[in-house]
Amino acid sequence: MADAAAVTLHKAAGPGKKKSYASARKRQKIVISIILLVICIVWTLPTIGVLITSFRDRDEVSRSGWWTAGSDLSALTFENYKQVLGGKPFKYTNASGDVVTERGDNMMGAFLNSLTVTVPSVIIPILIAAFAAYGFAWLDFPGRKVLFVAIVAILVVPLQIALIPILRDYQRIGLNGTFLGIWMAHTGFGLPLATYLLFNYISTIPRSTLESAFIDGASHFTTFVRLVLPLSVPALASFAIFQFIWVWNDLLVALVFMSGSGEKYQVMTQRLLNMIGTRGQDWHLLTAGAFISLILPLITFFSLQRYFVRGLMAGSVKG
Amino acid sequence: MPENPLIKDQLSPVQQAMMGVLRAAVALFIPLATFAGLYGGFIFLRDSGAPQLIITAVAIVWGVGGVAALYLVVNYLIQKLPSAWEKRLTPFLFVGPAIAILTWYLFLPTFRSLYLSFFDKFSRAFVGLENYAYVFTDRTMLTAFVNNVYWLVFGTGFCVVFGLLIALLADRVSFEKTAKSLIFLPMAISFVGAGVIWKFMYAFRPEGTAQIGLLNALVTMFGSDPVNWLTLRPWNTFFLIAILVWLQTGFAMVILSAAIKQVPAALLEAARIDGAKELRIVFQIIIPYIKSTIVTVSTTILLLTLKVFDIVFAMTNGLFGTEVLASQQYKQMFKFLHYGRGSAISIVILIAVTPVIWYNLRQFGKREVF
Repeated sequence: MADAAAVTLHKAAGPGKKKSYASARKRQKIVISIILLVICIVWTLPTIGVLITSFRDRDEVSRSGWWTAGSDLSALTFENYKQVLGGKPFKYTNASGDVVTERGDNMMGAFLNSLTVTVPSVIIPILIAAFAAYGFAWLDFPGRKVLFVAIVAILVVPLQIALIPILRDYQRIGLNGTFLGIWMAHTGFGLPLATYLLFNYISTIPRSTLESAFIDGASHFTTFVRLVLPLSVPALASFAIFQFIWVWNDLLVALVFMSGSGEKYQVMTQRLLNMIGTRGQDWHLLTAGAFISLILPLITFFSLQRYFVRGLMAGSVKG
Repeated sequence: MPENPLIKDQLSPVQQAMMGVLRAAVALFIPLATFAGLYGGFIFLRDSGAPQLIITAVAIVWGVGGVAALYLVVNYLIQKLPSAWEKRLTPFLFVGPAIAILTWYLFLPTFRSLYLSFFDKFSRAFVGLENYAYVFTDRTMLTAFVNNVYWLVFGTGFCVVFGLLIALLADRVSFEKTAKSLIFLPMAISFVGAGVIWKFMYAFRPEGTAQIGLLNALVTMFGSDPVNWLTLRPWNTFFLIAILVWLQTGFAMVILSAAIKQVPAALLEAARIDGAKELRIVFQIIIPYIKSTIVTVSTTILLLTLKVFDIVFAMTNGLFGTEVLASQQYKQMFKFLHYGRGSAISIVILIAVTPVIWYNLRQFGKREVF
């Protein structure tokens, strides 16, 4: 309707005016496109630089900037990834002219550790939160409202508050540096949000859907497992993606609760942090290492973009 | 368990008692076997020297399966009980584990941290407010406070302004989707990964050698001396904030863009017909219309900047005057092993988020979902 009104107005104003209005809009659109294009390039350059560098030879990297790599595409190599994943040794000539051989890193181990930490840290809180969300939404018990208000209150409580007390508990009962310990920590820190989000979803399932199950004699447990969980898949998936990115990219919780196990159980972010410290100038390895740590989140991003956005939007208030 | 009365009548009291014992034994055996299996898994994972791939596989199956098994076993036990008890206990099967974990990991620690913050380094002697006096007077801590304010104001400010700007621009071009994907992509990158990416951008080499960092290459191209960005006080904090802006602008953009699309088209068209310039439309129609979304986005990023840790830790380790509260807390805890001061800093961070907690509770009170 508004468009129609605009057209009549322009007709009334005469053909000349209409043409200039349209061309002004067109010019404006081109200017906006150019500005946005520049912003996009600026935003993407840092990542591209690291990606290109990870395929360049060590000497090349220190001799020239990555933006010159385009001149000789045949110089690109997979060597850095072999060195950083499998610990393959590499040689270079140092400042005083000697040839030095150094061992590469073993990021494959860190990758598996990250996987071991992340998968249960995503599934366990979802399972526990889904049970709790069902309990709060469909069961009646004393203290129901008070307990749920408490969960809302701790939604944004910073996890820093828990580090020292929990670390002391872990040291006392021997959970420090174990997978179980860090799973439970991530579960604890992810639960308020997971419970809150899943409650919002599960409490909107129509009562009639559940009642038909109860009439058939199903227990709450069966109803939950057979009916409510499958119905909640969209909400579960959104939270799962958020929690996956969060745990995979987490550094602080891993530093606090996994450092007791030494290098063997280091996760990817810890290993990358160490590499920044010890290999600050080996850019060919650092960049390849960074890319290995990015690969899973990036795959998630590109393959599940819609859920990814929804998950991060829903989960952004985590404490 | 429903019983067949006919069979029951035929059994002698002794047999009935034996059946009862047997049933109780089975009921006990299943949970005991589950616990034993889980404990065995824990010991295997802690001590085994098996190849890592096997450890990974076992750990995932054990961890995820273990939690599911616990729910199944407890449910099995509850269903063995008389139905009055079953009804009474079922809610706790559902909410019990969540409440227990939240109590241990978040409720109690709040009070335990508060308690510890009044004690000395080893949590033995009561020192009153000494740790808080340290927090508010020590020079490094004061730097951390000032820097955190920079993070709060400029980190949040730039994220929201850029996010809004890009959302507005993207709304008016043909490649909207691609542009938004590119800006949003850094959200998938860890703060440490972003640390590597930006350390490379900021890479500094002495004058005369080839600059491999993009920024210094640009600076030297225009004839200036290369700059060591990360040691340049006080600007280095802002170079670190730039990383956060790079990471989080996509988040602000996605949410603000969704809000902008809700602004009624008729409203915008009417303004255009009246001859309003685009800028005026943005400031007098769009921004007022999406005000509440802007507040939400800002709050979210504020909470994030308050706890920012990884970027500082990976880029400068808090040196050259870039310390923030969370990095100081980590150092007090692990480097100086001073649990009193570490706890005091965490309490300060908690106090800073209380307005948001209060706001969340008020909003929840209005919703009347219960």
